[in-house]
Amino acid sequence: MAELTYRDAVAAGIAQEMARDERVVFLGEDVAAAGGVFKATVGLLEKFGPRRVRDCPISEQAIIGAAMGAAMTGLRPIAEIMFSDFLAVCWDMVANEIAKTRYMTNGQIALPLVIRTANGAGSRFGAQHSQAVENWAMAVPGLKVVAPATPADVKGLIAAAVRDPDPVIVFEQKSLYSMKGEVPDGEHVDQLGRAKVRRQGKDCTVVALALMVHRALEAAEVLEKEHGISCTVVDVRSLVPLDTQTILSEVSKTGRLVTVEENPRLCGWGAEIASIVADECFWDLDGPIMRIATPHVPLPSADQLEDNTIPSVERIVREIRERID
Amino acid sequence: MSTNSIGRETRLELYRLQLELRYCEKRAYDLFLQNLVKGTSHLSLGQEAIAAGFGVAMRPDDWTFCTYRGHAHTLARGASMTGVLGELMGRECGLLGGKGGSMHLTDVAKGAMGSYAIIGAHLPVAAGAAWSAQYRGTEQVAVCFFGDGTANIGAFHEALNFAVVWKLPVIFVCENNLYMEYTPIGSVTAVEHPAADRASAYGLEKVVVDGNDADEVYLTAVKYMNRARKGGGPALIEAMTYRHSGHSRADPAKYRPEGELEQWLQRDPVNRYRGRLAQLGVAEATLKDLESDALRKVDEATAAARASSPPSLDGIEKNVWADGGAAWRN
Repeated sequence: MAELTYRDAVAAGIAQEMARDERVVFLGEDVAAAGGVFKATVGLLEKFGPRRVRDCPISEQAIIGAAMGAAMTGLRPIAEIMFSDFLAVCWDMVANEIAKTRYMTNGQIALPLVIRTANGAGSRFGAQHSQAVENWAMAVPGLKVVAPATPADVKGLIAAAVRDPDPVIVFEQKSLYSMKGEVPDGEHVDQLGRAKVRRQGKDCTVVALALMVHRALEAAEVLEKEHGISCTVVDVRSLVPLDTQTILSEVSKTGRLVTVEENPRLCGWGAEIASIVADECFWDLDGPIMRIATPHVPLPSADQLEDNTIPSVERIVREIRERID
Repeated sequence: MSTNSIGRETRLELYRLQLELRYCEKRAYDLFLQNLVKGTSHLSLGQEAIAAGFGVAMRPDDWTFCTYRGHAHTLARGASMTGVLGELMGRECGLLGGKGGSMHLTDVAKGAMGSYAIIGAHLPVAAGAAWSAQYRGTEQVAVCFFGDGTANIGAFHEALNFAVVWKLPVIFVCENNLYMEYTPIGSVTAVEHPAADRASAYGLEKVVVDGNDADEVYLTAVKYMNRARKGGGPALIEAMTYRHSGHSRADPAKYRPEGELEQWLQRDPVNRYRGRLAQLGVAEATLKDLESDALRKVDEATAAARASSPPSLDGIEKNVWADGGAAWRN
């Protein structure tokens, strides 16, 4: 096991797949010569050359459209959208073209492509460069959606996404780029549609995603040490496909479900999980389902404001304590 | 443009194809009136020479990308007419099994890579296919057809710039039929030629052709596709034409000035082409045979499509994913 940062694990995941498969190509703004604005793709141009690693103009529709055209004719492109908020600029390509084409053509057109994008808050960039928008993508039939929380997962899930025959959006949480973690040596390929139990407890099951997994884990430590509340923490990892079996089984064991979500509350991913749990393991519940999410606001930029808008460790501890005590 | 270089067989093929496109579109309209075609439909009546000119010029492994006004372009690549009419009628035999409809006709096996119903979307997609051809060194060309209204949407400009910078083998073909849906294109566009007058902004040559002359379209297609195949990069062609009917079936096109349609009917591409063939010495009997063959083909396709069942309801939750299903959870 080597220790890598999340950003280096991104590059390692892309490099692993490009080395394996000549059909894998990579395109985006500032991704080649500059190595990405978050430095998550450093070294790829040097390793694979300008034919396979390509800088693009600021033309999100062209980038995603080109990835689509390339995917339907035999390549396996990885396209970067610098900030996930910019998906709105090319949402037609993502939600109308890429997501619907296999279905509309009754399976004639396959679109094995990956869209990687930096998602979420923590950098004080303001509302147009910080929103967690994974729930936008989750709401569109025809898109697979993952949001890795660790360096190992980001490498493994990028590899799985590249090998998947369907379009996959990988939401990389930008506050995690500098996080270090163990990444398995050699080829590492994960699986879409699998949640991971990060911590086992007996009083409450906390279901979280990406940055929120780390906050939930930290909150779980505080709850255990200071308040005697023992939490399971499930890292959802993959919103589509969704590993409801793991979630249902972990909720059944503790009798409590808390979702911790960075996306704004209204129609956030936790709502769907809450609905599934209410439908399918209602009689195992010992209390109401609780959602801890960003309020339904665009994101503010100042330190104090941003920190108090997305769920913090303190807020997770407080809200769980209030409900479970 | 001198069209003397075109051989007799190619010319007969151009006429045959135009006839099939014309008769099939007329049939689609009739089927609407009989309430056998539902939803909407955007006919290419009057614009057949463009689809035919390119259809004959393209290599079987070249790719067509077109818009919701795509019946003619799909047929021009050799897609099954029964499959096209069946799709319009929502039948099992439809090209897309009834899941796409008139605006999304696709036949990948024939190189018809989809009809795109959001204006401008398919220009970047065609550029991406051209990138794939360039990357793999196959000398395939992507041809992307769109209307004059498309030249005012962002994706048009993104795709043009992108294709030129990457020197991609893609031909962008603007079918300027003078109307952006219900509105005269001139009243909403900064330049006279919505596509061709923008070409210089992307370092491209200004190319305007008579889109009602199948020979001229064919020769233009051959010229720029050959150049693209050899690494010469993209082209932007504006083909002047006219839509005989309204924008869609809901549109009686009453906004057109009096006499305009009549004037353009004088330049009807199918009649003009017949006249040219007769002038070149093609026997009347040969022309009549082509016409009756085309009509028979449309009749047979209509009968086959009408006889086909409605799609099975099993299809509703099929083919969202590559595994054939629609499951989003375990």
